[in-house]
Formats: sequence, structure tokens, C-alpha cells
Amino acid sequence: MSTPVEAVALAHQTDWGRIVATLIRLVGDFDLAEECAQESFAVALERWPLDGVPAQPRAWLVSTARHKAIDRIRHRKLERTHAEREGLLEIRSAELELHALADDRLRLLFTCCHPVLAPQAQIALTLRTLGGLTTEEIARAFLASVPTLQQRIVRAKALLAERAVPYEVPEGSELPERLPSVLTTLYLMFNEGHSASSGQALLRVDVCEEAISLARALHRELPDQAGPVGLLGLLLLTHARRDARLDAQGELVTLDRQDRSLWDRAAADEGRALVKRALGMAPLTRFALQGAIGAVHADAASADETDWRQIAALYSVHMRVAPSPIVALNACVAFALAHDVYEGLSRLEALSSQLADYAPFHAAHGELLERTGQIEGAASAYRRAAELAGTDPERRHLRRRAKQVRSPRNS
Amino acid sequence: MQYVLLIYGSERTWNDLSEAEKGQEFAEYMTFGKAITDSGAMRGGDALEPVNTAKSVRVRDGKITVTDGPFAETKEQLGGYYLVEAKNIDEAVSLGAKIPGARTGVVEVRPVIVFPSA
Repeated sequence: MSTPVEAVALAHQTDWGRIVATLIRLVGDFDLAEECAQESFAVALERWPLDGVPAQPRAWLVSTARHKAIDRIRHRKLERTHAEREGLLEIRSAELELHALADDRLRLLFTCCHPVLAPQAQIALTLRTLGGLTTEEIARAFLASVPTLQQRIVRAKALLAERAVPYEVPEGSELPERLPSVLTTLYLMFNEGHSASSGQALLRVDVCEEAISLARALHRELPDQAGPVGLLGLLLLTHARRDARLDAQGELVTLDRQDRSLWDRAAADEGRALVKRALGMAPLTRFALQGAIGAVHADAASADETDWRQIAALYSVHMRVAPSPIVALNACVAFALAHDVYEGLSRLEALSSQLADYAPFHAAHGELLERTGQIEGAASAYRRAAELAGTDPERRHLRRRAKQVRSPRNS
Repeated sequence: MQYVLLIYGSERTWNDLSEAEKGQEFAEYMTFGKAITDSGAMRGGDALEPVNTAKSVRVRDGKITVTDGPFAETKEQLGGYYLVEAKNIDEAVSLGAKIPGARTGVVEVRPVIVFPSA
């Protein structure tokens, strides 16, 4: 039985995005919605210890925030018209719960990913409003300063207001063009939770789970679209490995060394089924392909049993559909492990000018140099990767590899 | 009778397509492959890596020469093929017409000489 304070914290963790999304719909203003949401949590911290945790915390919070918004709007003539249009002043609490709050999150998601905003602004705004990350956390993720991030978010909201971007999930002909940035942003959001770009912690499960929840809502809303099927499959297969990524000391465990008994089989099975479906749908997306690669890993009982030939073939297709230097890097590694490690190393080295500042490039380089017996080169590559790595666990892991490569390897 | 359906297309045109268009065409290839497998016509087929991975080998007067890429700078490059079973060339041609690559490039349909086993 959790305490009232714990209940508030839990509600914040699970419902922040939903509450903000619904309030934006009701009040038509991002900042007002966020402020009132914040205030409602502050009131909850005061009231719930005294009155008890409400039967429906989310509805209570939305209702409280709505009242706060009404008070503010009464003093502001401009917002009044919008609020009246949305029936803000009349809508009853019970209706708020029934009003499919998931839809509001999708409206917010599509709005945050509107093409009028640059991709960097899209992900920043999404992480802030739906992910509930603080500006400081988002700034760290992008290796930007807090003022820069603040500006980016402020300008994004202003631009949306200026262009009067409608708060809705697009339909019909508009949808195919709008969907890719939504999918990419959700993927970035998940990635930020799965392997944080910087800082001490590697994993933020709540952000991952929010991304998965949004991907589910998207798939439910658009059941005939291939992209959401592949994305959800990919996220589930990746998330399935979360309990194996860190050891008891909080140190990073790479895929090849993970204890697979710790993988979430239910999530992996669900992910695999979705990916299989996505592979049979048009268009074939990068998410379906990456998901398929994840499924091949999930199918292997141990790292040694991994079907690298299938993975190499999938990367070949990926390079045809959605090429990028990072995909090329992964394709080289898969080729090396599937077919010929010397050829794979040679192909990888051809990418060095494009990926000079990318830690995983040097880590992969080290791996292949090690496999071809070039010990000094491997150690040097791992050290370079450690210098470029964004998180402490990754740095420590790479420095360990640099040391270990010199000493005899235990099998 | 067996026929090879050789798929020629411009790699430059392919590279200029959007990711969604490429994904769409790939999906159509998978649909085509499934259709000829279900009908029993499929005997084989592969997609090929792009021409920049190709090497050409010639032996003249016992001397081996290896060059990068195909023989000449052609407008269209071989991207893949299918080996199919069909009653006659007209049926093979109608299969070829269903290949997505036929819309932007050309599908060459060639009867295969099948040597009777001894």
C-alpha cells in the first residue's frame, strides 16, 4: 500500500503526458497547460495526505488543473473564446475520464512533430511534454546548454501558436507524410530512455515505457499503417533486454555477454509477432528491419548461436531502403561475423572519416581488430571509444575492454 | 519450361527515391515473391548488392585482369533476378510485367536451356 506522497509521484510518472495532452486540448495553450498541470500536482501533495488518495487520481488531477486554468482564463479575454469552443467551462469530470485520454497524447505527439518544427525541436518538445523530462535532462541528452534547450522549446511552442497548428491527429492524405517524423521521434524518445546519451545512468525505464505506451496507442489508432507495427515490435524486442543490460554493480553488459535468461520473453514474443506482421506490410520500414534484427538476436539461445548471416542480409536490405553511416557500420560488423572478418574490417575502416567522432565506431573497430589479432590497434581503438562515450557506464566498459585485450582472454 | 527474369534498373534513380518509396517497392517485391511461390512458379531468385561491390574478371591469353564494377558505364544495372517455371514465354513475360522493377527499368526474359540429366 503506497503512501499518498508515493501515489502523487507514481501519478506524475505515469500520467504527466496524458494530463498535459488533455489540458492542451482544453485550454489551447502549451504553457498554460503545463503550469496548471504542475499546480495540480502541488495541490495533490497538499490534499491527498489529508483527504486520502482519490479513487481515480488522473481524473482528479485533470479536474484540478482544469479549475486552475478556468481561474486564469477568466482574467484573460483571448483564451476565453477557445475555452468556450472546447466546452472547457461546461465539461464534467466524469466525461474527462471517458474522453479517451490516449487520443489526446496522440494529438500532442503529432503536434510536437509537426513539419513546421525542425527535427531537433520536435524531439525536445516531445521529451518535455510527453516524456516529462526536465529541461536539464533534455539539455544533457543533446549535449546542449540549458539556455539553448529552453530557447528551443520556447520557440517551438511559439511557432506552433503562430502558425495556429491544429491540435489533432492528421487524416487521409496528410497522414503518410506526417507519420515518419512521429515514428522517428518516438524511437529517439525510447532510445533516450534505453541508453541515455549522457550522464551517470544508462537506463530510464519510465521513459522507455512511456514511448512503448505511445507506440501502442499509435498502433491502435492506425491499425493499418505499417510503420507503427514495426516500431512497436522493435521497441518491445529492445526493451525485452533491459534487465540484462546492467550487472549487479551497475556496469554495462553488451549484447554478446548478456544473461539471456533475464530477457523478458513475453515482450520479445510480442515484439517478434509484430515484426513478422510488419515485414509483410507496405511500405517496408527501417523499424521493421531493425526489429527483425532484434528478433534474430532474441531467437538465439546464446550469443554463439546468433544467425549472423540473416542479420547481415537484413542490414543489406536496410542499406538499400534507409542507408546511413551508422547502418553501414552495423552492416560491416554483421558481415564480419557472418562471412569474413578481414573483409568486414576493411569495409569498416572505409567508414572512418564519416564516423571519426562516433564512439560505437571505434568500439566496433576495436572488436574487429581484436578478432584479427591486432592487439595494440584494438586497445587504442577501445581507448578512443572511451574518450568519445557519453555515459560513465559506457566509458568504464570500454576502458575495461582496452585493458583486457592485452591480457589473455578467458573464454 | 524455365525462364530467367533479369531485372535491370538505374541505381541512381533508386537512390533518389524517398525512404517511403523504397520501402514501398521492397514490400511489392515481397508480395511478388510470395505470389509466385504460392502459385508454384518460383524456382529461385536473389537481390544483388549494388554495382559498386561488383568486380569484373577477364582472362586473355592466360592473363587475369580484375576491374571494379561491370563491363561498361551502363544506364541501367542488374539488380536481381528470378528463375521461374512457366508454360511458355508469354506466361513468363506476364510474370515479368508484375515485377516492380519493370515499371522504372526493364525486365529481360530469357528461356533457360535445361540439359536433360544423363
